[in-house]
Amino acid sequence: MTRFITSSFSHLILLIGILIMVVPVWMIFASSTHTSSMINMNGLQMFLGDSFYENYLRVLLYQGGFFKEITALKMFFNSFIMATGVAILSVVTSLMAAYALVYYRIKHATLLFWIIFITILVPLELRIFPTYSVMAELNLVNSYFGLIVPISASAIATLFFRQFYKTVPDELLESAKLDGANTWRFFVDFLIPLSKTMIVAMLIFMFVFGYNQYLWPLLVTTSEQYWTVVMGLKMMSGSIVHRFAFVIMSMVPPILIIIVLQKHFIKGVFQDK
Amino acid sequence: MSFLDLKNVTKIYPNGTKAVHETSLSINEGEFMVFVGPSGCGKSTLLRMVAGLEDITEGDINLDGKLMNEVDPSERDVAMVFQNYALYPHMNVYNNLAYGLKNRGIDKETIEQKVNDAAKLLQISDYLQRKPSMLSGGQRQRVAMGRAIVRNPKIFLFDEPLSNLDAKLRIQMRLEIKKLQQKVGVTSIFVTHDQVEAMTLADRLAVINNGIIEQLGTPIEIYDNPKSLFVAGFIGSPQMNFLDGNLKNKTLSAEGFEIKDINSDFEGEVTLGIRPEHLSQSENGLISLRVELVEQLGSDNLVYGQLKNKKDFCYRCPGNQTIEKGSNLSLNIDNNKYYIFDKSTGKRVN
Ligand SMILES: Nc1ncnc2c1ncn2[C@@H]1O[C@H](COP(=O)(O)OP(=O)(O)O)[C@@H](O)[C@H]1O
Ligand SMILES: [Mg+2]
Repeated sequence: MTRFITSSFSHLILLIGILIMVVPVWMIFASSTHTSSMINMNGLQMFLGDSFYENYLRVLLYQGGFFKEITALKMFFNSFIMATGVAILSVVTSLMAAYALVYYRIKHATLLFWIIFITILVPLELRIFPTYSVMAELNLVNSYFGLIVPISASAIATLFFRQFYKTVPDELLESAKLDGANTWRFFVDFLIPLSKTMIVAMLIFMFVFGYNQYLWPLLVTTSEQYWTVVMGLKMMSGSIVHRFAFVIMSMVPPILIIIVLQKHFIKGVFQDK
Repeated sequence: MSFLDLKNVTKIYPNGTKAVHETSLSINEGEFMVFVGPSGCGKSTLLRMVAGLEDITEGDINLDGKLMNEVDPSERDVAMVFQNYALYPHMNVYNNLAYGLKNRGIDKETIEQKVNDAAKLLQISDYLQRKPSMLSGGQRQRVAMGRAIVRNPKIFLFDEPLSNLDAKLRIQMRLEIKKLQQKVGVTSIFVTHDQVEAMTLADRLAVINNGIIEQLGTPIEIYDNPKSLFVAGFIGSPQMNFLDGNLKNKTLSAEGFEIKDINSDFEGEVTLGIRPEHLSQSENGLISLRVELVEQLGSDNLVYGQLKNKKDFCYRCPGNQTIEKGSNLSLNIDNNKYYIFDKSTGKRVN
């Protein structure tokens, strides 16, 4: 009986927590399905209205920006390219960096690793002007390449992969060598499949990281053609319901990625192998 | 030149540990060689140098007429079975066996046939689709063997492959390994610290101590004719009894008895070795044993007790004799089956 009470109590606390997090999002969603005059007169709404299609379609296709040449759809496309690019590029570079650090006989590999690691203490915001001038010199302003590359070296992902590789028993490498595997084959046939779940987890982290970038895209794009969703949140003008609709849609891609990959994600974070 | 030739091979690890000292050894084609010795004596190091997993500090290793020193392990055509099997955890059994063949660019049908043949030989055909984590210890052992066999390598290397199995399975797999090796006929080196395993498996065995081969020979040669105190103590179970003594004018005086007409001109402090199974009861025997404990194994009794000078001593007799705890036995050494070692160097002197 006491167990029932304590477990009900903890469930109650969790439910309150969920409500606190979900209700504002729900109110924005519900409000985004009404007309703006309705919202302006009656404030935020708890229940769904009947302007869902009208509002969302208009937001997706409306030509916004100062020069009226960017649509929300294009922003989603840009953000998707940028987030995917950051995710893939940073996972690939981290995998290879960690491989070299752990398996090649590099002098001072540990020191090198810590040098890579302390870049965590130097976030993009601190180095943004030198980085910008490099990209400008290379003529990469206003390009996907310029959006992606400067934020695609991840010390965190390198740390994760390095720690994982260190737990892989030496006998596995030796056994593979005797089976005729060279360094490349060992990487492709062993380390990548063995770290599959961790790769997926890192892809999700880095996707969300790339998707959420604000300052860098703001700086490196002058053409509206390269605006991203997060920039659009600030830049979009329009009536309140359309902004609400845009906010709601901006949450969809990261959520979709997490839902699609969550099975692997949870395994990768909470299980070593 | 024989099939595998080690010449003055030395291994010094980067931290300065000298694990193998100037070891020379020849192994014939098809031979089953066992390296036996206590833990840390350098057996694995020697084996790993043959595999190419450790650099050779000094000396030469020749396999099938080719100098191996600088050859990459992937090019040596050797197969190794590790103590923890080192199966590929993300591949099913079929791919575990097939992986080495794929790397050699062998076509799919041939691979399939070879894997199936090896699987049949090892009775693992039913598990080909399983991952290693879904296999028992004995099955994993077989997969590890299969991975070695399927490639038909020049030489099999085993590094204590049975030590993770329970006692019963270990004996069974020991037998199977021996049978398999005879059937396949591949030259093999087997490393173990277990002298029973060594005796039962080996065509020839090398007893290693502190990075040196103390003695090389067939199991029976080594059992019958140990060349040093170390080998005498290491091979044989229960262990040989050792007693202090003094040798002078071909007469050995141990505490409580003498042996005359010894076939040795050595003079000085010696250790006398007698195997528990080389004793028998007789009236007025040389040795008088006060029985403290009898282990009845059925076929044999192991009698543990003390001599007059409180020295521990073991005697092995047929299981049909009844021996009372607390009784006194009078024992004689079977005809000349004793070993005398120089106490300071451990070298055999008779
Ligand atoms: N990688 C290594 N670095 C330094 N010393 C080592 C290394 N591997 C083994 N040794 C040392 O070399 C000696 C022989 O080791 P090993 O060949 O593994 O012995 P065994 O297999 O007979 O138990 C031991 O003293 C061990 O501590
Ligand atoms: Mg060893």
